[in-house]
Amino acid sequence: MHADPKGVLTGIHFIDGDHAACEGALAAGCRFVAGYPITPSTEVVERFASRIPLVGGVFIQMEDEIASSIAILGGAWAGKKVMTVTSGPGLSLMMEHIGLAVITETPCVIVDVQRGGPSTGLPTLPAQADMMQVKWGSHGDYEIIALSPNSPQECFDLMIKAFNLAETYRVPVFFMMDEVVGHMTERVAIPAPEAIDIVDRKWTTKKPGEYQVYMPGEDQVPEMVKAGDGYRIHVTGLTHDERGYPAMNPVAQDKLVKRLIGKIRDHREEIVDVREDGVEGADIVVVSFGITSRVAQAAVEQARTRGVKVGHLRLVITWPFPVTRITQLAESAKAFVVPELNMGQMVLEVERAVAGRAAVISIGHAGGTVHEPITILNRIMEAAQ
Amino acid sequence: MAKSEIRVGGLGGQGVILLGHIIGKAASIYDGKHATLIQAFGPEARGSACSAQVTVSDEPIGYPYVKNPDYLVIMSPDAYTQFAPQLKPTGTLLYESELITVDDRLPAGVRALGIPATRFAEELGRRLVLNIVMVGFFAGVTGLLSREAMETAVRGSVPKGTEELNLRAFRKGYEYGVELVGAATVAS
Repeated sequence: MHADPKGVLTGIHFIDGDHAACEGALAAGCRFVAGYPITPSTEVVERFASRIPLVGGVFIQMEDEIASSIAILGGAWAGKKVMTVTSGPGLSLMMEHIGLAVITETPCVIVDVQRGGPSTGLPTLPAQADMMQVKWGSHGDYEIIALSPNSPQECFDLMIKAFNLAETYRVPVFFMMDEVVGHMTERVAIPAPEAIDIVDRKWTTKKPGEYQVYMPGEDQVPEMVKAGDGYRIHVTGLTHDERGYPAMNPVAQDKLVKRLIGKIRDHREEIVDVREDGVEGADIVVVSFGITSRVAQAAVEQARTRGVKVGHLRLVITWPFPVTRITQLAESAKAFVVPELNMGQMVLEVERAVAGRAAVISIGHAGGTVHEPITILNRIMEAAQ
Repeated sequence: MAKSEIRVGGLGGQGVILLGHIIGKAASIYDGKHATLIQAFGPEARGSACSAQVTVSDEPIGYPYVKNPDYLVIMSPDAYTQFAPQLKPTGTLLYESELITVDDRLPAGVRALGIPATRFAEELGRRLVLNIVMVGFFAGVTGLLSREAMETAVRGSVPKGTEELNLRAFRKGYEYGVELVGAATVAS
């Protein structure tokens, strides 16, 4: 189906990533946002709060991020497409409800405009240091999806994809921006509503009485209903059976956890999204994501003028990680160079996929600004020796 | 033109970010180029140091920050002190000539062009349009972007009802810039 025209601000704009992300959410059909303002993400909810009365929906400024992250789960079960928006300190507070979203299979988008940490850290300056937190931060075993836009245009385009993935797999989807992408202003083209493909919620067609709230389909994803439609349903954070009732035993646990993980892992090859530039047959492969991919591209182009066979693989979707592709490239590449605005997080996944068949070089950065292209260039040149 | 890097500096409340925004918008929406705007500001709403970095290029822009600008547009003495030494030796300084005194902080070879933008803005009736006078001055001196693109960007970026005043401010700065550059060429 196509986007609801009410939410689509078709045209050419010169806006920053935060504003573009908000427009992406509106175009994707998001009609409920609960949030607590935090730099550098505030502009996303600021814009949503001013736009949503015209589009038709609700924004609530909650008392904190804990409340925000539970309010959106309620909003989703009331039938809306939902989002919350935060930065590191707020994300830490949301961790318990991320687990609740996973086990209740509540579709939602969580925007994290990353800033320097730990703790309050650098409110107005960038980092990419929450990459492992979104994968592992809530307790228990689970899989999530995360996207890493590198421009305001992608903040729009990928936000639509984020909502579509949340609905397809009924999973929390993380939108991993950073301060630079959030506050950078560029040209953003918003297409006509009929050019925007939207995945609707997987509503059931079964009647009350026949419907079981957690009976999975062939894709391992159950159908959904919303409150007020006449279905008696039970939704809980406890391990549950297909009827949604608590079933606290090893058999039910095995079945549920394996399905929650399987619905993502078994579709990994469909979900992963990488952009490749000259990686086939390259001696050196630079792996990057988000704002760092733009700096890395400058370094890659400079290295090529010096005769190095270097390719660039950009992770558009960071979770699930493209294990298969990296494994393939490790057959012929000599080294992988991984710049990121943290002290070495996604590089661990690269190492795991490369499994010792090539060198893996981490270019860590504590955050606060982006890498200098020369820093990345120097490491590419060293690796090429 | 391959790539031009611009730094705009002044005080919060002077319209520094809007000035950068108009240049970026003119380039990327109305003149078919790529532009990236990065802004830096303090926690205060007014009066703190404030700056915008704009990269305008024919090619997609990777690294988004401006380290050594080709053009520096300055509206406060503090911004001059902070940013003047960073100008490229081939660069151009555009400054508010009644607020800023150019001294030896400026790298050798830099072309410095001043405009009494605050006075012009006051003569037009609103001191507030100082930044738009500077936008016009930038457009007139640099010729980086078409006058039409710049005027369209001004019109679309200022509050409704103030378009005509702002366009008068733009044209005042533009004409002063064109004349100044013309006179400089004759003198050399």
